[in-house]
Amino acid sequence: MALPPDEVRHVARLARLALTDDEVAELAPQLSRILAYAEHVGEVAADDVEPTTHPFAPADVTRPDERRPSLSRDDVLAAAPQVEDHRFAVPRIVSQEG
Amino acid sequence: MSDLTNRTAAELADDLASGEVTSREVVDAYLARIAAVDGVDADGDVWPAKPAAALRSDEPHAYLAVTAAAARAHADDVDARRAAGAPLGPLAGVPVAVKDILTTRGVATTCGSRMLEGWLPPYDATVTRQLAAADLVVLGKTNMDEFAMGSSTESSAFGPTRNPWDLDRVPGGSSGGSAAAVAARLAPLAIGTDTGGSIRQPAAFTGLVGAKPTYGTVSRYGLVAFASSLDQAGPFARTVEDAARLHTVIAGHDPRDSTSVDAPLPDLTARLEDGVDGMRLGVIRELAGDGVDAGVGAVLREALERLAGLGAEIVDVSLPHAGYALPAYYLIAPSEASSNLARFDGVRYGNRVDAASAEEMNAATREAGFGAEVKRRIMIGTHALSSGYYDAYYLQASKVRTLIAADFRTAFDDVDALISPTAPSVAFRLGENVDDPLAMYLNDVATVPASLAGIPAISVPAGVADDGAGGRLPVGVQVMAPLLGDDVMYRVARALEAATAFDPTPRGARAVAVGEVTR
Repeated sequence: MALPPDEVRHVARLARLALTDDEVAELAPQLSRILAYAEHVGEVAADDVEPTTHPFAPADVTRPDERRPSLSRDDVLAAAPQVEDHRFAVPRIVSQEG
Repeated sequence: MSDLTNRTAAELADDLASGEVTSREVVDAYLARIAAVDGVDADGDVWPAKPAAALRSDEPHAYLAVTAAAARAHADDVDARRAAGAPLGPLAGVPVAVKDILTTRGVATTCGSRMLEGWLPPYDATVTRQLAAADLVVLGKTNMDEFAMGSSTESSAFGPTRNPWDLDRVPGGSSGGSAAAVAARLAPLAIGTDTGGSIRQPAAFTGLVGAKPTYGTVSRYGLVAFASSLDQAGPFARTVEDAARLHTVIAGHDPRDSTSVDAPLPDLTARLEDGVDGMRLGVIRELAGDGVDAGVGAVLREALERLAGLGAEIVDVSLPHAGYALPAYYLIAPSEASSNLARFDGVRYGNRVDAASAEEMNAATREAGFGAEVKRRIMIGTHALSSGYYDAYYLQASKVRTLIAADFRTAFDDVDALISPTAPSVAFRLGENVDDPLAMYLNDVATVPASLAGIPAISVPAGVADDGAGGRLPVGVQVMAPLLGDDVMYRVARALEAATAFDPTPRGARAVAVGEVTR
């Protein structure tokens, strides 16, 4: 299927990408071509075929619930773009008037 | 000592064990060659990626960072323990290069992306730990397509890697830096990762052996995720034996990776020299005909004749759904990528572009941090997973995956291993495919079927073909084996290698000089 520019902008919003207008204009025909090619998967595999996500189809994996050393807080926070009071800092998510 | 960089890992291991050379001498020889050939002055410790303006068209640009001080210290430590008679692993003291997708504690890990420029991971990947535990000496981190998305290493945010056989051509991708490092004698061994062919195709383009292990047999812990159901780390080497030996170091069950398979791994080297006499080898009809360049097809036919000459029975095999593997791959991999790369939100690590709201900060950060190919794949994947499309795209592609795995099982009921070209052409020129994403994706046509089925697959150099401009470039042949049949894969690969006598030394008008190099 063709992806019109408005649909590209919608997907970009879902993907949290602030695409420029030039990028939208370039991506629309590219994504349409790639998806048209990918849609060949619809020609085979009827409803009775089970999907595969792992070649060994493993059962749920569990481990003993025991204490183990983890990364130190300081090591982890050292990689963060912004830290306040030993926590990750982000711009306001909920407005005060709420 | 310059000839040290021409020895195989197995030869170096023997020379180290016998005391003919020290690990420090080997490491110093490699660091000197890296300085001369890759233009990285290797006296300090960790380098940031070179600025684009400093890249030269006569350098392969295999490395993003060289960890010279740490490598020398590790080599000295191995030498001291060897001198003291301490037990050491079979590859102890042998250098290795590591794709910049595996985390290295305190050493920059960029994944070829501006998003992670400057990030110092707080932990080591399991593969990194396994290399250290086996006392392989890490020389540095190698260039790659951004987040492993690409088939040419041109999508690296830090500039492309060039093919040591012809510096105007790509080394393949996404593990192009690792391939170029081993081909240019900037490391005897390297670790790459393969999602849809990212070890095998660069190995084919650079005249190397490169293997993708059975999915789940090498830990993904600390491997920055692209497509989690497909990603596997594996070895690059100049010989099959070296590849099998490095593979042995990194294989094994890891409780830290929930997709890790807790199954006994066959000994990968015990039967390496057993040959193919009496084996049945299947040529995959759908991957060996249309779309394969004439020169590649000729090398494949010669390889099959050699294998037949060794006593193998060559049979024609059909994988009826092989033509649907690439469309399925280009839904599954981008879908998983769009989910995995959601973690790059400018909050916990990586870079941030400030904005008034959290959502605007997320979107501005990702817009600035990701390159064009990564954005393209995130967009495909987000669309394919979005409401109303999931069934037709991701679910349908996952069903096709079932059909392809069944095709392989049927084929392996009849044959011991399967053969195809690794890539449809020899290495292409820089820039040749960058404006046509779909043309670039078609490079993966012969490698993605094994990826989707999870089976082990290796590329072995089997000859050279005309590059269309008066030169000759390497051609790889792919050997695929059943799940957990990695030992069979290496055995067939070794037989082909021994019958081929391929010289992995880059040669040609625009090849990297091998041997003593000074500048």
